[in-house]
Amino acid sequence: MKKVVMGNHALSHGAQLARVQVIAAYPITPQTQVVELLSEIVANGKLKAEFIKVESEHSAMAACIGAASAGARTFTATSSQGLALMHELLHWSAAARLPIVMANINRAMAPPWSIWTDQNDSLSQRDTGWMQFYCQSNQEVLDTLIMAYKISEKVLIPSMIVLDAFSLSHTYEIVDIPDQELVDRYLPPFDYQYRLNVDDPHTFGGLTTPDWYMEFRYKMHHAVNDALPLIRQEGIEFGKLFGRAYDTVDPYRVNDAEIVLVTSGTAASTARYAVDQLRRKGKKIGNLRMRVFRPFPFADVRRYLKKAKKVIVIDRNISYGYHGIFAQEVKSALYGHSDVPVYAFIAGLGGRDIFPETIGRIVTKVEKSKKPTRDIYWVEVKE
Amino acid sequence: MKPTLPLEEYMSPGHLACQGCGAGIAMRVTLKALGRNSIFTFPACCWTVIDGPFPYSTLEVPLLHMAFEATAATASGIKAAMKMLGRDDVIVSGWAGDGGTFDIGIQALSGAAERNEDIFYFCYDNEAYMNTGIQRSGATPYGAWTTTTPVRHFKREPKKSIDDIVAAHRVPYLATASVAYVEDLYKKIVKAKEIRGFKFIHILAPCPPGWKSKPEDSVKLARLAVQTGVFPLYEVENGIYSQSIKSPKRKPVAEYLKLQGRFKHLTVEQVAEIQKMVDDRYAELEKRFQGN
Repeated sequence: MKKVVMGNHALSHGAQLARVQVIAAYPITPQTQVVELLSEIVANGKLKAEFIKVESEHSAMAACIGAASAGARTFTATSSQGLALMHELLHWSAAARLPIVMANINRAMAPPWSIWTDQNDSLSQRDTGWMQFYCQSNQEVLDTLIMAYKISEKVLIPSMIVLDAFSLSHTYEIVDIPDQELVDRYLPPFDYQYRLNVDDPHTFGGLTTPDWYMEFRYKMHHAVNDALPLIRQEGIEFGKLFGRAYDTVDPYRVNDAEIVLVTSGTAASTARYAVDQLRRKGKKIGNLRMRVFRPFPFADVRRYLKKAKKVIVIDRNISYGYHGIFAQEVKSALYGHSDVPVYAFIAGLGGRDIFPETIGRIVTKVEKSKKPTRDIYWVEVKE
Repeated sequence: MKPTLPLEEYMSPGHLACQGCGAGIAMRVTLKALGRNSIFTFPACCWTVIDGPFPYSTLEVPLLHMAFEATAATASGIKAAMKMLGRDDVIVSGWAGDGGTFDIGIQALSGAAERNEDIFYFCYDNEAYMNTGIQRSGATPYGAWTTTTPVRHFKREPKKSIDDIVAAHRVPYLATASVAYVEDLYKKIVKAKEIRGFKFIHILAPCPPGWKSKPEDSVKLARLAVQTGVFPLYEVENGIYSQSIKSPKRKPVAEYLKLQGRFKHLTVEQVAEIQKMVDDRYAELEKRFQGN
């Protein structure tokens, strides 16, 4: 059924369709509508679930860890400071190999206080072991949430669904909300082999000496890596059943492109629009949207970028003392495979709009340049 | 002679508790009362180590180790899952030390108590961060030496009244207990098993390395704590206080203090000061017992 819904409600509908069993969440702007609608859905009996209204994000993730360890399908949603507060337990949940799915609404970190979008909150969680999916539409938000349970429950690694504050979370779009029956056919119930079970008691997470600790990390790394082909495969399977296929990256007009823009989130939709405008002016330009950040799709990035003459990465995030975080990963993927120059642009921090014109000016600047003269280019910053 | 506790054991031998560890006795009795249909979660605490290193575990019931401040929230999550999986009969318990309860875990504890989660929360209280090497906590009593309250700067603040704090949440059941009165502890848990909602059990658990006491004195100290009024045993059921072990003629606090190296620096005046603090607290509690 097609409905006009906001990004946050796409998450609530997705969680309902995934038949989540335990929800634990704490309110934070701009995430609140996710849990408000879920509260309604649970209260009116449309979803049979336990909803724990915890007293902090740390406790939200702790409750999810407890519930998932006991074998329940769990969901939470947060943003920014809330995600940062969870940080300890993001390591914990991933290392405990729990297939928790969480939505994070990208919101800039304080101070100064901001409620608007940028990616430093989620990208700061890069090394926790969570998979990260960056979405560009409300439809993709809902679809990815359902796929994430399938993928996470196969590799036993948690998933984070990431969407921009306001430009997606509060933006209304037409979303095809699939039938429950179809979702049930795609996503079987969660049957966790390693759960807390009084009939087969085990201890989880006990003190582990140097003789064994490293083996746990080795297995965890391989589980995250194994997710990459699975993400691709599930994207195809999902497409067959629902008519919308997904991949690790989302290339747009890149085949003959001399300049490729690398973007993520809603800035990618804007970049596509800008690409179309620039193509009309005869410029050979394309866009590569990064959909999956962890596991990082190195081979796909190489495939689409190595033949370009110039690569522009527009990061809505910053690693202080270096440059944008996607730019780092892209450079790392190309190293030893291609000499294509990578221009690292920082734009749209704290929710500043990235307009098609913004992207147009970036492209003009790069066109005039032979090679990057700076490690980092700040877009439209008041110096 | 008829045994006063069930003979069944739910702890395998070979655990790593120190000699005379009160926390070991507390767990053994708790398991006897809870039985097999039970799941535990521990934060960082002595019991993280006592249970044994991977792949060993002394507990014969499922156990989830968790981060320091997360006990009550984790137990809430486990219980929610049990309800959803049709196993609401399973008893879920958080088991934390005093640091994990009085200090770093108090937020999650307060949240779960306010939500009246249907879980047990056990605090085994050895009155300092013993697992990390005897640093003061909010549970360390006035006058005590710890490695972060050296003798010249011994702890000047009284022990945080965690029981008053939890009771202020109007939880259905709260009890204090002592490893010297194991039948009392056992009875309290068995009784609380029948109560829906949040159940808080605070067990005084002497720690020979931290209290600088003899291992063979642990039970004696746990008994003296009750007999002197330092740690009175009582229950609070829906706001109604009742004393469990009555001590009409309380022993002098000095008898309790003198067996512990952590108090040996105290002057006669300071001991008198502690005696007064204990008397005042006891009088306050007696009023609540009489209100019953």
